[in-house]
Amino acid sequence: MNKTTLAEKCNPAVLTTVHKKVRGYIVDNFLLGADDDITDSTQLMESGVLDSTATMELVMFLEESFGIVIDDDEIIPENLNSIDNISAFVAARSN
Amino acid sequence: MLVQDFLRASAAQYPEKPCLIFAGQSHSFQDIDTKSDILAAEFQSLGVRRGDRVAAMLDNSPDMVVALWAALKAGAVFIPVSPGFKAEKLGFLLSDSGAVCLLVQTHLGRVVKEAVELSHFTGTLIWSGPNLGDGALSLATIVEGQTATPTDPQLIDQDLCLIIYTSGSTGKPKGVMMTHRAICNNVWSISTYLRNTPDDIVLCVLPLSFDYGLFQVLTGARVGFTVLLERSFAFPFDVLKRIGTHRVTGFPGVPTIFAALLQFAPFDGLDLSSLRYVSNTAAAFPAAHITALRKLLPQLDVYSMYGLTECTRVAYLEPARLDDKISSVGRAMPNSEVYIVDEEGRRCAPCETGELVVRGTSLMLGYWKRPDATAKVLRDGELAGEKVLYTGDLFWMDEDGDLYFVGRRDDVFKCRGEKVSPREVEACLFELPAIAEAAVVGVANDNDGFAIKAHIVLRAGQVLTEDQIRKHCRARLEPLLVPRYFEFCESLPKTDSGKIVTAALRQSG
Repeated sequence: MNKTTLAEKCNPAVLTTVHKKVRGYIVDNFLLGADDDITDSTQLMESGVLDSTATMELVMFLEESFGIVIDDDEIIPENLNSIDNISAFVAARSN
Repeated sequence: MLVQDFLRASAAQYPEKPCLIFAGQSHSFQDIDTKSDILAAEFQSLGVRRGDRVAAMLDNSPDMVVALWAALKAGAVFIPVSPGFKAEKLGFLLSDSGAVCLLVQTHLGRVVKEAVELSHFTGTLIWSGPNLGDGALSLATIVEGQTATPTDPQLIDQDLCLIIYTSGSTGKPKGVMMTHRAICNNVWSISTYLRNTPDDIVLCVLPLSFDYGLFQVLTGARVGFTVLLERSFAFPFDVLKRIGTHRVTGFPGVPTIFAALLQFAPFDGLDLSSLRYVSNTAAAFPAAHITALRKLLPQLDVYSMYGLTECTRVAYLEPARLDDKISSVGRAMPNSEVYIVDEEGRRCAPCETGELVVRGTSLMLGYWKRPDATAKVLRDGELAGEKVLYTGDLFWMDEDGDLYFVGRRDDVFKCRGEKVSPREVEACLFELPAIAEAAVVGVANDNDGFAIKAHIVLRAGQVLTEDQIRKHCRARLEPLLVPRYFEFCESLPKTDSGKIVTAALRQSG
């Protein structure tokens, strides 16, 4: 399932809330609050924001904040490599 | 023998075999050889001459590999640069090295523009990636162009092939100059003790801007094995699944990588049965992690190694002797010799701690344009005219000649008059499975001189209190070595090559 389909299936209000929270977390924790370096579609691995440790922290944050369980095989770039992808993935799971 | 001869020989012997697998695509030895010939000829037509410096600031990718071989074939000295560098550091590197060409990704455009202004760089920029500006030279367009052969630059093996900038914990980075002779020796030595064969498939998640990563590509070309190249280890499970898919046999890493691997124990949903060896360097491999890995993967050879950029690699422990020597990094690699000296330069007796000195063809020629810094570490050996490398690392050697790392000479400190090795305390901390990373430093203290402070990163989802850790340390260490202070951290400051910057931890107190 690609991200557009996931995003389309979600309640827009839920998607917006998730989006805001995810963006806030990434900017505060991985960019030290400087959010002009990143857009919603920035590839987080390629731009050096995510490494193995940061990815694990992000997964924990998502599980705790949204009450979801993310399986090991869901920790893949398609789901987590941009703020847009993360939001769509989490919003679809929270539905 | 020149380093690029490795690629040419493998391309002749195994033309169709994958040299690299990247993002699901194979790139044969012949393909990499042809593309690097074309790019080398282009470098020469742009004016690159024997001994000129060519820098590449590229993520792990076939482009980075082609850039490496092309620079060498053109007779240039290759400088790998971390794509994580900020403008100031890149600017310093460009002006310090006098690079005549920089290959760089388009998404780093802003950093490059700033660095070019800072350094007054007047060389050629070659871009990799989408969204090229008007008139920009495109790496993809060059290598997809007509076949071309570079002119033989008439190199000898004493010419430089690499300058690798080390991100020292203090001061400006220094460029480590490596000759073709040293790199050929080191590639031969390492692939010999790892028993690499053309049937190996080696997973490389290490950045190619770091010599440990670059050496996977170099040894692959010498031996004729395939490198499964990953952009990074940001999605560990996704990468680890490919070990089964591609039947990977070798997995070089650093402690952080193996800590991430162990998060997935007992490896349900992963097929790691093809793995023949893992190797560790850059920082000590915690004994507890070695034991856990061997228990889970009994077929695995675990190589505990020690090295530094100034001579690539120094020592490795033969996996068969791991049970007796789990905390040792073994003996010198083939064609290197090591010994330990005290503060007066006298050779130490067994079990006596001193500075490790390395002798052999593996050594750098010196630091680029830094004769003073070079003279501090490359000093006269016992043979007339010979230089040996003072590593700045403290070790002791047991009666069998196996080496044990104590710490950086600058890291060891005195607490209540006794020498404290951070390494010993860290090894104890790592016995607690909830601890992913640990770094111990001395912080100034009125009563003790220096007091022991442990910085701790817990594994995701794990809970451990200061009291629990202290209790464990009290049970395992002499009272003097039990840390007085603990600080729980999200992560530890590291150099670009993954070494923990203890100087930063000492400063933060």
